[in-house]
Amino acid sequence: MSTLFEQLGGAAAVEAAVDSFYRKVLVDDRVSHFFDGVDMDRQRDKQKAFLTMAFGGPHNYTGKDMRVGHAHLVARGLNDSHVDAIIELLGATLRELGVSEDLIGQVAAIAESTRNDVLGR
Amino acid sequence: MGFVDFEGRRYERRDGESVLDALLRCGVEVSHSCKAGSCGACMMRATGGAVPEKAQAGLKDTWKARGYFLSCACTPDGDLAVATAEADTQTPARVVDLELVSGDVMRVRLRCEGEFDFRAGQYLTLRTAAGVARSYSIASLPEDGVVELHVRLLAGGRMSEWLRSEARAGDGVAVQGPAGDCFYLPGDVEQPLLLAGTGTGLAPLYGIVRDALRSGHRGPVRLFHGALRVEGLYLREELRRLAALHENFEYVAAVLAGEGPDVEVGEMDGVILRRIPDLKGWRGYVCGDPPLVQKLKKKLFLSGMAMRDIHADAFLPPAA
Repeated sequence: MSTLFEQLGGAAAVEAAVDSFYRKVLVDDRVSHFFDGVDMDRQRDKQKAFLTMAFGGPHNYTGKDMRVGHAHLVARGLNDSHVDAIIELLGATLRELGVSEDLIGQVAAIAESTRNDVLGR
Repeated sequence: MGFVDFEGRRYERRDGESVLDALLRCGVEVSHSCKAGSCGACMMRATGGAVPEKAQAGLKDTWKARGYFLSCACTPDGDLAVATAEADTQTPARVVDLELVSGDVMRVRLRCEGEFDFRAGQYLTLRTAAGVARSYSIASLPEDGVVELHVRLLAGGRMSEWLRSEARAGDGVAVQGPAGDCFYLPGDVEQPLLLAGTGTGLAPLYGIVRDALRSGHRGPVRLFHGALRVEGLYLREELRRLAALHENFEYVAAVLAGEGPDVEVGEMDGVILRRIPDLKGWRGYVCGDPPLVQKLKKKLFLSGMAMRDIHADAFLPPAA
């Protein structure tokens, strides 16, 4: 039985998804303001790390990293509705790439598992 | 707290303070400009102690190995003994000519008196005999035999004042570098190229365009140069000539206000996207003031250009 990461296509799938996912985030009025003024190359690297984790791939994230990394955004009002939006955009990205609903559900579940850490709860 | 040893004296470095800031606070003269780890003007050499990796980012491997580092980006864990960057990192050069090509842009051409390898579009640090150092993009190709820079003259700027009132053909200067990875890469000669910049952002773009055309690039090459007003545009004749010679090259000038023959009016991103609405598959080069570069990167990306195909060089102003 291959892993979720392998079924999705591994690192190549992350590379295929990252630009599309980042574009969706930048034009979505619900979340785009959190990305104003950030260095785009560095942000793309962060998105790749996030997608790798959500795709079930190798990563070094800890709950503490998630808390520290998002604390400044929580201070600016990051809440559940924004996490919902990101998970939705992640699903839309994968759907465009032809990923099955079953696998999309598994990716969403991994992203969901970080919610409380991201929101600092 | 730690210490910096320099020219036989010991200086206190406060927590979180860079080597450059510590020396400047203590009244030591160290040439510097951007204070953001980019321009290279503040390069020094470590003679004792450990240099953090971050302070050597972007330097040539041979320089790293010899302990060179950027003092503005260097906040070491312990004490550090440092020396000024020696002459062997610099190439002596002479001013060939100086020409005012627009209201506030001076074309400076230099002839190097020693080896200086570069790619058009990279940048160098220019040092005057008096020790003023500023970084500029290179607008010429190696085979031109001269190094061409476009300097925006700023009121009160030290390099600007020198160029405006003192510099003469034949004067000795030095160049250090080059650095930067915003240049033409041969490879996919069919890929369409978009180049966009405002003001002296034209300098690296002019070099990259000529490099691409000379290398036999076959895909479309579109250069957009913007200025506040028509008077801020320059190199118009050279670019028109280039367009007449190369069927695949197009030059578009744009201004924010006013009007003129063959000049578009409007924001740079709007002018570009009106002509090329879908940038999927294009490679982009964006140069100029940081806010414009940031905005264009985002617009090009959202219009379909892949992030890995966007090459940008934001011109950092000298820090106060």
